[in-house]
Amino acid sequence: MASKLLHRVRAVSARLKYSRTLSPTLAAFASSRLLSDVAPSASTSPAPQSSGSSDKFEHNAKSSSVRSSLKDPELAKFSAIADTWKDPSSARPFEGMKIVDVGCGGGILSEPLARMGASVTGVDAVDKNIKIARIHADLDPVTSTIEYCCTTAEKLVEEQRKFDAVISLEVIEHVADPAEFCQSLSALTIPEGALVISTINRSMRAYATAIVAAEYLLHWLPKGTHQWLSFLTPEELVLILQRSSICVKEMAGFVYNPLTGRWSLSDDVSVNFIAFGTKNSQ
Amino acid sequence: MFIRKSFAVNLGGIRVRSRCLCGAAAAGPSGSIRQSNHGQEQQCSGTSIAQYDIAIVGGGMVGMSLACSLASMPLTKHLNVAIIDSNPALVNGIRINKQDPPDPRVSTITPATTSMFRDIGAWQYLQPYRHAYFDQMQVWDYTGLGYTRYHARDVDKDSLGCVVENKVLQSSLLLCIQNADFQKRIFPSRLVSMSLNPGLKSKQMDGISSEISRADLAKLHLSDGTCLYAKLVVGADGSKSQVRELAGFKTTGWNYSQNAVICTVEHASENQCAWQRFLPAGPIALLPMGDNFSNIVWTMNPKEALDRKSMTEIDFVKTVNHALDHGFGPHPTSSLLGKGNIFSWFGAGVPTSGNGGFEIPPKVVKLASERMVFPLSLRHANDYVSKHVALIGDAAHTVHPLAGQGVNLGFGDAFALSRVIGEAIAVGMDIGEASLLKKYEAERKPANIAMMAILDGFQKAYSVDFGPLNILRAAGFHAANYISPLKRSIISYASGEQRLPLFT
Repeated sequence: MASKLLHRVRAVSARLKYSRTLSPTLAAFASSRLLSDVAPSASTSPAPQSSGSSDKFEHNAKSSSVRSSLKDPELAKFSAIADTWKDPSSARPFEGMKIVDVGCGGGILSEPLARMGASVTGVDAVDKNIKIARIHADLDPVTSTIEYCCTTAEKLVEEQRKFDAVISLEVIEHVADPAEFCQSLSALTIPEGALVISTINRSMRAYATAIVAAEYLLHWLPKGTHQWLSFLTPEELVLILQRSSICVKEMAGFVYNPLTGRWSLSDDVSVNFIAFGTKNSQ
Repeated sequence: MFIRKSFAVNLGGIRVRSRCLCGAAAAGPSGSIRQSNHGQEQQCSGTSIAQYDIAIVGGGMVGMSLACSLASMPLTKHLNVAIIDSNPALVNGIRINKQDPPDPRVSTITPATTSMFRDIGAWQYLQPYRHAYFDQMQVWDYTGLGYTRYHARDVDKDSLGCVVENKVLQSSLLLCIQNADFQKRIFPSRLVSMSLNPGLKSKQMDGISSEISRADLAKLHLSDGTCLYAKLVVGADGSKSQVRELAGFKTTGWNYSQNAVICTVEHASENQCAWQRFLPAGPIALLPMGDNFSNIVWTMNPKEALDRKSMTEIDFVKTVNHALDHGFGPHPTSSLLGKGNIFSWFGAGVPTSGNGGFEIPPKVVKLASERMVFPLSLRHANDYVSKHVALIGDAAHTVHPLAGQGVNLGFGDAFALSRVIGEAIAVGMDIGEASLLKKYEAERKPANIAMMAILDGFQKAYSVDFGPLNILRAAGFHAANYISPLKRSIISYASGEQRLPLFT
C-alpha cells in the first residue's frame, strides 16, 4: 500500500542527493535546526533539549495518550507486518526482540509490544510519565517486565545500549534538534535493525487539523502542544534519516474517520505519517 | 456522598485510569454498582488463586462454542480458559445412545451456524448422531388467505437449515473442546459473586505483592469456595444470567402472554419440510428431526398450554393434527388472484420457484416424548459489555421461538467475540479492555436488535384477528411467495448469510 509513497520518497531523496541547491522555501528554513550543514556534534549537551521541551513532553505524554491510544494498536500492527518481521498470525511475533520506545509517555505503545513478546525498554524525559507507566505496567505480569527509564535517547547512546528496533512516535516534533535526535536513535539501532518514527507533516492541512481542530476546537490536546514550525515534511525526515545512516523503506499516513471514530493507515501523508527505515550495515 | 457521586460517573463504561491511583478514600468501589459482594471480601479456599485469561460462565451450547472457537484459532489457542458450570455432564461427558427416542429440546441451526461449526471443527462430532437437514419450508395461517413456500434451491443452496437435539449439540462441542490442544479447566460449580476492581485496597498494604499485580483483573467467587481471577468474564449463562445481574446490566423487555408446548412426535413416513401455521393464539411449528420424527413447538396462551400438557396422548395427537390441518380455518388455495400473475412481473426474467402449491403437513401418528411447557418473553440487555465483562447468547437477548433464531443469534455472538479477541491479541491489546469489547457490541447489537424487532413484529402482527390486518398478512404471504428477490432476501437473512435485513 505504501509503494506509491515509497517511489515518491525515493525520488525525492534521489533529487536531494544530486542537487545541493535548496529551493527557495527550503532555503528559508536553512538556518533552522533542520537543514544546516553543520554536522551535529556529539558533544551537544542534551540538557537544553530536555529542559526546553520538558513542558511540551508533559503535555505530549498526557494528552497524546488520548489521541495516540487510538492509533497505537494500528501502529503496532503496521510494525508487525513490515517486511523483515515475523509471522503475523502468531500471538507473540516479537519474541526475542529488544525494542526501545523513545518518548513512551504512559506506556501506551510499550505495553502492547510487551504483550506481543518483545523485551521492551521505555524511556521518557518526564519522570511523572515513567512513574505512571510503571504502575500501570505492574498490573499485568506480562507487561511488568518492561524496563522504564527516565532518560533521553542521547544518554542511552552514551550507555552504549543497542536495540533490534527503535520506535519513536510523536516525539520528533517536540525535539529541539531533530537531526541530532535522529543520530541518537540511529546509534541505538543495531545494523540492519529497524527504526520507526511517526510525526506530523508541516502542511496547511496539518495546521488546520492537528493544531486548530485538535487543540482549539475539539480540545483533544492542550493548546500549545504542537508548534507548526517544528513539524517535519516527509522529505525532510527522509533526508535527516539518510544522514544518520538510516534507509527509509516504507512510509504511510494516518487518517481519522470521524464517523467511525477509527484511525487507519493510508497513502495520505498530509497530516500524520509514519516512516519505517533500517540502519545501514557498516 | 460527593465521592460516591463522582464514582458513579461512568464514561461510557471506560473507567478513567487516574482514579485507580487516588488514595485510601477511593479504595473499594463502594459507589459503584459493579461491586457485587457488598464490600466484604469473601474467603477463598485454597492458598493461591489461579489466574485465567478468560472465564466463561455457563457451559451450555453458546459458552462451549466460544471455547471451541478460541481453541481453533492460532492467535487465541494459547489462552488459558476457565469454564464455570455446575452441570456434571461437562465433567462426566454426555452419553448419547443412537437408539434413544429424540429429546424434545431441539434447535434449528442455520446454514451460517453450520459453516461456523465446521470452521471450528465441531461439526464432525455431530455427524454420527441424529440430525436432519430440511430444504423446504411452508408458512401459512388460519385465515386461509395466503401461504408461502420456501425452497433451498431458490437461493441455490442445499438446505435451509438443520434440526439437531440440544444434547447432541452440547456433546459435540464438549468432545471438540476435549480433543483440542487447549488449556481449559472446568469448574463444576456456580458463580456466586464477582468483583471487577479487586485489589485496590491492597495497594495500601505492604508485603502482599501478589495482590498488587492482580489489581486489573476480575475476581470470581464460586459456590464451592474457590476463587479465580480472569482478564475477561464472559456471561454465557442463559436468560437468567448471573453475570448480567452481578455486573449491573439493565435489561429491557416484556413477557409474551404465551407459553410454548414442546414435544416430539412420530409420522408414518419421513418428513422433510419445516411447517409453520399461525393460529389465532400463536404459531404451531413442525420441524423434521430425521427417522420419521418431528419436533413440535406450539405457542399458545398459558391456560391452554396447561390443558394441552395434561390431556391424554391420543387427544393431544388429535389436537395437533387438527391444528395443522383444518382446524381454525380453511386451507389456502394454491391459486389466488390468478396464480400470482399480478406479481409475476416483479420477478421478470427470473423464474419463480414453482414450488407446486400448498401442501398439507404429514399426519402425526403418535407422541414420542414428554410434553414440556416454557413461558416466552423478550428480553434484551441494554449493554452487552463493560470492562472485563461481555455477555453472549441468551444472557444478552431472548427472543420468541417463531423463527428458530434464538440460539443462532447466540452462536453469532460467540464467534464474533472470539474473532474480536483474536484481533486484539494480534496487536497486543489487553482483552479485558472496554474499548475492545465495545467493538464486539457494535458488531452484534444492531444485528440482534434488528432480528428481535422483526420477530416481535411478527408476533404482534399475528396475534390480532382483524379483517384488514388479515388481508395485509395475506398480501405479505403472497409477496414473499411470488416476488423472487424478496423471497431470496428473506431466506438469506433467516439463514444467517445476511447480517442485517435490508442494507446488504
